[in-house]
Amino acid sequence: MYKIAKEKLSELFALIAEKRELYLPVNVNGQANFAAWSEDAETALDTLKTVKSPKDAFFPQSENLYTCVRDGKKIKVEPEALKEQDFVVFGMKACDVRGVEVLDKVFLADPVDSFYAARREHGTIVALACSEPEETCFCKAFGIDAAEPAGDVSVWFVGETLFWKANTDKGEALTEAVKSLLEEAGGEDAECVEKEKASIRAIVDKLPYSDLSLEGWNGDALKEKFDSPLWEELYKPCLACGTCTFVCPTCQCYDIKDYDTGHGVQRYRCWDSCMYSDFTMMAHGNNRTSQMQRFRQRFMHKLVYFPANNEGMYSCVGCGRCVEKCPSALNIVKVIKSFQKQGGNRE
Amino acid sequence: MSIEAKEEFRPKIVAFCCNWCSYAGADLAGSSRLTYPADVKIIRVPCSCRVNPMFILRAFEKGADGVIMCGCHPGDCHYSTGNYYARRRMTLLFSMLDYLGVEKGRTRVEWVSAAEGVKFSQTMNEFVEKIYSLGKNVRLEDLRCGK
Amino acid sequence: MREMIERAKELLSSGEVTQVLGWKAGDLSYNPEPAFFEKAEELDNLVYNGFCGANLSKYMIAASKMEGKTLVFLKPCDTYSFNQLIKEHRVDREKAYIVGIGCKGKLDIEKIKKMGIKGIESIQGAEAEDPCETLKIQTIYGEKTCSYKDAMLERCHVCKGKEHQIYDELLGESKDTKDADRFAEVEKIEAMSPEEKFAFFQKELSKCIRCNACRNVCPACSCRKCVFDSNKFDSSQKANTDSFEEKMFHIIRAFHVAGRCTDCGECSRVCPQGIPLHLFNRKFIKDIDMLYGEFQAGEDAESKGPLTSFTFDDAEPGSV
Repeated sequence: MYKIAKEKLSELFALIAEKRELYLPVNVNGQANFAAWSEDAETALDTLKTVKSPKDAFFPQSENLYTCVRDGKKIKVEPEALKEQDFVVFGMKACDVRGVEVLDKVFLADPVDSFYAARREHGTIVALACSEPEETCFCKAFGIDAAEPAGDVSVWFVGETLFWKANTDKGEALTEAVKSLLEEAGGEDAECVEKEKASIRAIVDKLPYSDLSLEGWNGDALKEKFDSPLWEELYKPCLACGTCTFVCPTCQCYDIKDYDTGHGVQRYRCWDSCMYSDFTMMAHGNNRTSQMQRFRQRFMHKLVYFPANNEGMYSCVGCGRCVEKCPSALNIVKVIKSFQKQGGNRE
Repeated sequence: MSIEAKEEFRPKIVAFCCNWCSYAGADLAGSSRLTYPADVKIIRVPCSCRVNPMFILRAFEKGADGVIMCGCHPGDCHYSTGNYYARRRMTLLFSMLDYLGVEKGRTRVEWVSAAEGVKFSQTMNEFVEKIYSLGKNVRLEDLRCGK
Repeated sequence: MREMIERAKELLSSGEVTQVLGWKAGDLSYNPEPAFFEKAEELDNLVYNGFCGANLSKYMIAASKMEGKTLVFLKPCDTYSFNQLIKEHRVDREKAYIVGIGCKGKLDIEKIKKMGIKGIESIQGAEAEDPCETLKIQTIYGEKTCSYKDAMLERCHVCKGKEHQIYDELLGESKDTKDADRFAEVEKIEAMSPEEKFAFFQKELSKCIRCNACRNVCPACSCRKCVFDSNKFDSSQKANTDSFEEKMFHIIRAFHVAGRCTDCGECSRVCPQGIPLHLFNRKFIKDIDMLYGEFQAGEDAESKGPLTSFTFDDAEPGSV
């Protein structure tokens, strides 16, 4: 384990950014989101939750796949280059890291998504422990430890010091690259970090959602949950906007579209939202015709379909962004609790 | 502005002309051998009232440097009142574009009757000159179209 | 709140109304959700407090297609939206029983969190009937306080007044919370140079994630199918591929609601990225007031809107 004083962080960032791209929470007009680091960027490392999750770093909201350009009578097809530049995402939280693991299951399974795979290969995750979890957090329900984030490097803020621990080869490589700024941490420091971890865990236990139970949510519950009359009630305040899906660290649905540039066509993909009326629109129309069905899809996917296909892994990580941002104050916790309360069946 | 500089930048200008007055005015300008720059591309619309704010934004998106809308003089609309509605809409839209920092000179409305070939050609000459001085539209352009 | 529940129970059990549209208590101290109640006993979950900012008029579009009458609780500013929806034939007056409720300013949880108050366990002083001047907030990290006024939604600082524009009966008292000029921010931008204006909006709009929450929550955005949802439209409503797309979306949306927007402020309230969307709508409102005479959408359900009427000597485009 290593350590570095908080005031030397900007030096650390400058050093990382010398050879790699560096993404970290940056404040723009009062909203913190992951963005490229620069000397004059207003970094916001003390933000617990950026508005959007850092999944953009690996799976951007929009990305080009290829471009067709008219060349006389022929059409030239130019595929978009894969990511070749190494980059570092600094300050992801334990839940965000699990979010990337969820995306891995989708995009790295056969057939491998080459755009995503290239980003994963070149990206190094520096994960920060959550020193002040909030009331909307429920990562514990998914077995995530906010005090011990996974990732290539784990870091902890304790007072004015940042502690640094490499977990993987990629993490070791990054550590090697910035070693000139790091100090070796001693036994006392390790104790310090352990204390911090204990304190984080103690806070997590006090959170209002800490006792959230996922009992009954698994791949086998498909029919019972799908047919529940509760959905008809729960969806009603839903406005069919895409806020929950666009701030979510695990939502992975995308749409592929063509854009006519006037001298060619750009084929790009962009995040899609199951809340939108044109989600999975096909030639024959749409197979989910009502908002209730679209609403149900989101939660069934996270808590039933995904675990059914991925050895029980939920595709919700309990980051609580949707809890904070839904315009109608709906969220996955309310859904889980409603089912628990009513047993999924209303007399 | 010097002639050389003009050659470097050829503005793209879209003119929405109503079928009954301004398009006929453009015709008259042509048959009277009055000249106006070829940078102006005319799109004929049934009435100035047909011009949706989206048309204007879309023109800018796809690379237009200036957009002008021409219609019958107020009171002379073929459909009686279409241009009165169009007038309110464009007033508000142009004011909004100004508010967003898009240069004011890039948008214009002019009422041109079928008998005003001279006015048509004059207006277009003036407008093209104005766009030359403003230069390329970069604030309302879709970068994907720029390549 | 007691009064509201009692009255709703009465009307529901007498058969006067079939369902009640109000707010249901959330699982945190600040997240009540809009809800339909069909049974009297469910009404015990109804809440009304400082966090019930949602404008229920929007839900009346759906309720107008339901069977029977819907009792709806509307705050003074929500009634403007309802009137406007009647004017546009999007809600059925006959199917609504409007209980106008008092409002003393609604709270913005984002503002409270921005003050650095995290880990909120409970909030005291946000009661609708008798709001305290100071909110007492119990958090995991100790007790915090903040002034009610500082935590109010932007729209409440430019409150349209405590009069309900349409109702069947009234319950509770309201307070005019206006303490700022509605057009002050717009004027500030108008005074900027084109470069500054552009930079300002570019920075704000670059935050847009295309979630469409502003559109979907807007009572004026009631088209059955939005032009931005059309799959024949090559700018996608959900992609932020190019900065032009956000501009296009927000200009067109503001334009489409120009003259119909009641300035209810829902768009700014729900924006997950905190974009001050009301600045677009208020610019149109300001221009309309100046050019075509003072106009407040939703003040009545009959008059013609400024963009569906004209005079012979209107201002020429580009003159303002």
